[in-house]
Amino acid sequence: MRQLTYAQAIREAHSQLLAADPRVFVIGQGLWSPWYAGGSLEDLDREYGRTRILDSPVSENAVTGMAVGAALEGMRPIVFHPRLDFLLLAMDPVINQAANWSYLFAGQGNVPLVIRAVINRGAEQGAQHSQALHSMFMHVPGLKTVMPATPADAKGLLLAAVDDPNPVLYIDDRWLYGVTGDVPEEAYRVPIGEAAVRRMGSDVTIVGISWMAAKALEAAEALAAQGIDAEVIDLRSLKPWDQSRVLESARKTGHVIVADPGWRTAGASAEIAATIAAEAFHDLEAPVERVALPDTPAPTSRVEEQAYYPRPSVIVLAVQRALGHRKLGGACA
Amino acid sequence: MSTTSATLSKLSTGSAESGLAEGWLLGRWKTMLRIRRAEEAIAHMVENGEARCPCHLSIGQEAIAAGVCAALDASDTIWGGHRSHGHYLAKGGSLEGLFAEVLGRNTGCAGGRGGSMHLSAIQHGVPGTVPIVAGTIPLAAGAALAYKMRSERRVAVAFFGDGALEEGSVHETLNLAALYRLPMVFVCENNLYASHLHWSERRLKDNLDQAGAFHSVPGTRVDGNDVEGVYDAARLAVMRARTGAGPSFLECRTFRWRGHVGASSDEDVGVRRGGELAEWLLRDPLARTEDRLTTDLARHLERHRAAVDEEIRLALESARTGPEPDPERLWSFVCAS
Repeated sequence: MRQLTYAQAIREAHSQLLAADPRVFVIGQGLWSPWYAGGSLEDLDREYGRTRILDSPVSENAVTGMAVGAALEGMRPIVFHPRLDFLLLAMDPVINQAANWSYLFAGQGNVPLVIRAVINRGAEQGAQHSQALHSMFMHVPGLKTVMPATPADAKGLLLAAVDDPNPVLYIDDRWLYGVTGDVPEEAYRVPIGEAAVRRMGSDVTIVGISWMAAKALEAAEALAAQGIDAEVIDLRSLKPWDQSRVLESARKTGHVIVADPGWRTAGASAEIAATIAAEAFHDLEAPVERVALPDTPAPTSRVEEQAYYPRPSVIVLAVQRALGHRKLGGACA
Repeated sequence: MSTTSATLSKLSTGSAESGLAEGWLLGRWKTMLRIRRAEEAIAHMVENGEARCPCHLSIGQEAIAAGVCAALDASDTIWGGHRSHGHYLAKGGSLEGLFAEVLGRNTGCAGGRGGSMHLSAIQHGVPGTVPIVAGTIPLAAGAALAYKMRSERRVAVAFFGDGALEEGSVHETLNLAALYRLPMVFVCENNLYASHLHWSERRLKDNLDQAGAFHSVPGTRVDGNDVEGVYDAARLAVMRARTGAGPSFLECRTFRWRGHVGASSDEDVGVRRGGELAEWLLRDPLARTEDRLTTDLARHLERHRAAVDEEIRLALESARTGPEPDPERLWSFVCAS
């Protein structure tokens, strides 16, 4: 099959959406710049015109609010934030307005909006250009959140997000932009809320989110060399998340590691671990292990960055810890 | 097009020269009266405990809603805030839908989900009102962008109070609306107070009419208690928007007779507005309109009052009998399907 990079897949999704539906437009910062969005929007303005690809002033709050209003009036906007950190300036339109709207008016009016934000960290950019804040948004009812980890999902989830009648936060990761993979040419949808099993295994389940799903696969290869057969699940959607697929795997292996590119406290990994503990308690042979960022802002220097971001070896250690636990028999309690 | 704030100002003073038919004026008076009476009924229900949600009344400010909405087409949209009973009614929202919503009934205009601060009448161009100060101003701009992209000759109006000018998103939106030449009108209802704070406690200069100028949005100051003056200014701003010339900003000066929220005047919570209120009661938009009606039309005002009172009575009666939401419904409409 044809191979595309993750960035090319995002661009192709935009192009197919813009070609197919006159209601779709893109608004946000850096859209006319060749480098701002890492090639993921390159030349879309030339192809579809600058009245549909609006490179906006630096007004995250009002620009996002405008996208909400346009969605309420029947358009299908994609509002772009080149860094997830910048989306923090637009919390009112995202949470107070878009996420609540359908509920507040008892289903009269809905917000078919895609909010695209990029986790764009590393390279000594420091604490305000690095944050992975997906867990904050996962908390909010009425807002869907997806985080593709492969080129195919980067395309299919964007198409699904624009189809969805609800606000969908689409978070892509700049560290994945160069990753290549099979991407079908036609316009296809990856259902929101469905996880993907990237590797079947029987000893341990690793649930990975976004970048950490990619790292989980690398960890699984290292574990295979040690004779440990890991199942890797790429969560893909954070809200709703695929509880049945994760629980099914947890029940099968009895050992689960959740690998999250965000912080540990009250993070996505906490929600997933708590659900597994509640729903699959009797099938677990060890506590659910979490691999997440330390609860500190992102450092700047290269040396500290290397210590901050978990590598596959950290996942391997977590697996070894989990497998080191012996199953507690009921009689011992 | 080079319509400037000067042009707008000049023309917006023209109530005397506008030559509006008296029948038109009577119609606006009735719109204002319906708002006045509806809000008095709500105030009564707040006092007797029947209405429990926070109710922000616009009694005394009715001419702005009535004047602006008279300048709009049915397909135009208005976007409001926490004090939007008047906007909703002036744009065509039903009395029963309002009362039932305030009472939290299923039959309310937001299905009993919103209460007084969340009113909706989509078929009349009221997508939704929300109580986050300035919250709907960017949304109105987005609606205007949608109309422009689809080449529809529709206009979006954002209603907001003077307090909203203290929010950054207003200034962001003013710039965006000018930059994209959006078919939009910013209507600032300056009632001099944001909650309990007088404008002079929040700002050094009384110059809100200039808020748009820095962003190339022409602005004008209007007597917000003069329904004809408001209409004249709104009509020009709407025309400017509809003909593709871009947004305008109207500062409508007014005063709310009641307190920030609820039925009282706020004197009871230590907000001393009594002197100002006495002055503003003399500028009652309803009384001023009555003074302009000829004796011929004025003769029938009592009959119109009785008709409005009867309409209110029936709407209240109907709203009170509406069913309360079934708690089973708690999970519905979180997401659209």
